Amino acid sequence: MSIFKNKQKATLPVISTASLPDIVFMLLFFFMVATVMRKDTLIVKNELPYADQIEKLDKKNMVIHIYAGKPSSRYKNVGTEARVQLNDKFADIREIKPFVLEEMKSKPKELRPYLTTALKVDKNTKMGLVGDIKNELRSVRMLKINYTTRSGDAIKNLE
Amino acid sequence: MARRLAPEVNAGSMADIAFLLLIFFLVSTTIETDYGISKRLPPPPEDLQTNILIKEKNLFRVELNQLNQLFVEKKPLALKELKTAAIAFLDNGGGVEKEYCNYCKGARDPKSSDNPDKAVISLVNSRETNYETYIAVQNELISAYEELRDRDALRIYGMSFKLMKAYLKDGSYSGNKELLKDQIKQIRLMYPEKLSEAEPVTAAL
Repeated sequence: MSIFKNKQKATLPVISTASLPDIVFMLLFFFMVATVMRKDTLIVKNELPYADQIEKLDKKNMVIHIYAGKPSSRYKNVGTEARVQLNDKFADIREIKPFVLEEMKSKPKELRPYLTTALKVDKNTKMGLVGDIKNELRSVRMLKINYTTRSGDAIKNLE
Repeated sequence: MARRLAPEVNAGSMADIAFLLLIFFLVSTTIETDYGISKRLPPPPEDLQTNILIKEKNLFRVELNQLNQLFVEKKPLALKELKTAAIAFLDNGGGVEKEYCNYCKGARDPKSSDNPDKAVISLVNSRETNYETYIAVQNELISAYEELRDRDALRIYGMSFKLMKAYLKDGSYSGNKELLKDQIKQIRLMYPEKLSEAEPVTAAL
């Protein structure tokens, strides 16, 4: 009996898991550094078009986001017409002006000229809405804009 | 006196804690894709001078209708050919004497643009045009400017315009940044991006 017991003990070497936390921590730090918390929850469809003449939006805190597109599937009750999203809510075109002015006010005066508005517009939106947004931005002199796109050949847009 | 050993802390649950955090960050991560076409909007209509006259030959009309069809100078054109057409127009250099363009390599057709500084591209779209198509057209027009800038940057400074811009942003660039900034400005002056989206006022010539 005792011989049998001894044999069983020998076949079960303990695997050391002491380095497991190290590995997990390494992954953890990678994701912590790479993570950018999404400021707004998207409530509109937001499939961006392709373009290749693009520039990086450097300073994250100097960007005002305006989303536009058809309401996403969870918000079918709003209708199917393309809408503007400011912060976490659907907004009217007329609400863009106060929104942009408010965002500008929250930044120090000397940095205001560097503010950029990122237009994140779904690719199936009509230009009428985009033109209206642009006119609103013009009237509050928020002239630096960026059409946020995915990187890729523009010809892909037409397929 | 016997030395007292420090009691060992059980680190077995550390992995669990780390996993929990890891999963949280994994789920909340969106590797950001904030790239886009940067543009400058014209100032509000009340600030605009209304009596700018542009000669018809210096105007390149690009239109997008409600069916997403592209018309250049009133003729239908495929998107693929837009860039070549725009380059041909900008680089034409048909001007003489004061308006002569010594770096243009185009056809020098007197019926097309005088020089890149005078050449204006007008983009008109319908309210029903798709945003996607609009971006594609914008992209092609910008790439026409960029190609011409690349060509002359390569000729004058020996490096492409893209590279110059990349160096300007690069913190570890060893060369003279002020000089580089001036050079970029110089190239931009040679081919200024004159892309009008408002309804252009044209002279009846």
